[in-house]
Amino acid sequence: MSNQAVAMPRKTRGPWAVAFAKLARDRAAMASLAVFLLIVLACLSAPLYAKWAGVDPFASTLDAVIQIDGADVPVMEQSTEGLGLGYTPLGPTWRLGNYFLGADSQGRDVMARMLYGGLSSLLISGAATIFTLIIGTAAGLIAGYFGGITDTVLSRLLDVLWAFPIYLLAISLSIVTIAQGIRIGPIDIESGSLWLPVIIIGIVYVPYVARPIRGQVLSLRHSEFVLAAINLGVPGWRILWRDILPNITTTLIVFVPLMMALNMLTESALSFLSIGVQPPAASWGTIIQDGQALLYTRPLVALVPGLAIAVSVMALNVFGDGLRDALDPRSKVRLGRD
Amino acid sequence: MIYAILRRFGQMLFVMFGISVIVFLIFFATPGADPAARIAGRNATAEVLEAVRHNFGFDRPLYVQYVKMMEKIFVTGDLTSFVNRGWKVVPAVMDSIPVTLSLVFGAAILWVVVSIIIGIVAAATRDSWLDKLLMALGLLGISMPVYWLGEVMNLITQSRYHDSWAFSWVPPLGYKNFSDDPKGWFLTLVIPWITLAILYIGIYGRVLRAAIIESLQEDFIRTARAKGLSETRILLRHALRTSLIAFVTLFGLDFGALVGGSALLTEVVFGLHGIGKLTYDALQNLDLPMIMATVMYASVFVVIANAVVDFVYILLDPRLRTS
Repeated sequence: MSNQAVAMPRKTRGPWAVAFAKLARDRAAMASLAVFLLIVLACLSAPLYAKWAGVDPFASTLDAVIQIDGADVPVMEQSTEGLGLGYTPLGPTWRLGNYFLGADSQGRDVMARMLYGGLSSLLISGAATIFTLIIGTAAGLIAGYFGGITDTVLSRLLDVLWAFPIYLLAISLSIVTIAQGIRIGPIDIESGSLWLPVIIIGIVYVPYVARPIRGQVLSLRHSEFVLAAINLGVPGWRILWRDILPNITTTLIVFVPLMMALNMLTESALSFLSIGVQPPAASWGTIIQDGQALLYTRPLVALVPGLAIAVSVMALNVFGDGLRDALDPRSKVRLGRD
Repeated sequence: MIYAILRRFGQMLFVMFGISVIVFLIFFATPGADPAARIAGRNATAEVLEAVRHNFGFDRPLYVQYVKMMEKIFVTGDLTSFVNRGWKVVPAVMDSIPVTLSLVFGAAILWVVVSIIIGIVAAATRDSWLDKLLMALGLLGISMPVYWLGEVMNLITQSRYHDSWAFSWVPPLGYKNFSDDPKGWFLTLVIPWITLAILYIGIYGRVLRAAIIESLQEDFIRTARAKGLSETRILLRHALRTSLIAFVTLFGLDFGALVGGSALLTEVVFGLHGIGKLTYDALQNLDLPMIMATVMYASVFVVIANAVVDFVYILLDPRLRTS
């Protein structure tokens, strides 16, 4: 009887299942993921919200009049102070679908703009994360695996980019591309396109990914299974794809939420400096900038998008920490800087 | 050791050269439009365009343009703005350096002191509610956009609660020279210091806590315990000391980056006329020569700060002298 029990194959779980179970037990990480997904869902519903509320969040509607409790209220209230010449946008009505958060200086529905703005913030930071990971991984793989002169050139280039202050590099890239866009061969990106901030933010953070990846590839390059593959005559690209890439996947996955958090902050800062998302399009950064002039009269216009950024970034950071602890507990991946 | 220092110095020069080439290429060789048109600004006349072409040598090969540009910024200093006709760029940058330094120095003192306290307290009480609270607050500090936090601060101290006893001392936004009005200098900078420091307190507190907890696993800590030293002494004299290495590295990098322009957003929100504000204003009216100059100077700061950190390391850690 006892022999039979020994012979029974013990059901073992793979490393992914173990990591997933660990992550699922991390309550803070799961709660953060839920919060972040809720924000994503809300932003995805932006077009529906605007249609339901019957507002155009991109057109200036200074003379619009809305109904609150059956009474007509102009979106821009004439100022009662001084000469009475200035206009103050409508404050929050706290009625969903009816200028919930009030109007901005153009008489636009801030709530609708918040959702659309969140959509572009999320799209830009997500796309920039993918861009950075692809370019950074490619550079790290090539530099680490092929070594020699390739490594020297790539590493020095990454060193220089790394030493460059992030915001200044982003500003330099934005200022030359903002007016005319980029035209390189078949690639033609118009100014005002959301791809511009994606590429700029993507480029800026490449060394953050490429340098640690290169380090890992360098040590994998000298591990026995890779040496065995080389001696069997397996071509280099196949070794990279089949042997090395799977071994750095966990690091790459851990990068995603942390990188995305960093990108959201960078995107909002660039948009705040008016070199990110271009008007009339919105992002949380541009809405804060719009709200700056109204800060003392209608503070919510600037406060709410900042709060949305802080909550999203914090959720991503907490989830990222949990993901790292679950997948790759020994790694030192940390992107808190800057 | 001399060899190690010289090597690092050579590396520093290389990185500076590399950055200057990248800046140059971004501004002069990005495909899309005529660089002269970019430099001349919006709605430039044909004469201005011609002057720009001549001034920057656009009819000559790229490397000549590069040398000319570097000469203008670092040697003769006669780079002029075309948007603000005839405005000398380099003196404007020099004038704004003290403002940025005042902001960054004060914030640095604040964040170093507070984050060391937070790091020690959190590590000493690890896994308690106090530790969790401090770390959550730190994460919140990292997650807030700094310019937004600045606006919240302005809203509280300049508008909503300005008339209450707590914030009636806060002067209007702007900068006062230390030599003219030391008290005004201090008072105008208090809120910007706190705002800028909050982000870094979050980062440094978390990093220091992790480093202390890691070093508490080391053999020398066990030796210290075996000697019968008190826990406080072990924490402060042994664990904290080794943990400060990571802290110092980060500090060198961040300090350089801040002086070199990362303080931009804080300067803009509080109306402090430092390098960052200068860059911001140039951004608003597309004044490219000004941006080129601030970016170049800022990169020099950053590269020097990084090199200084490494020099200090070489002096402190004998292992690095030979490698």
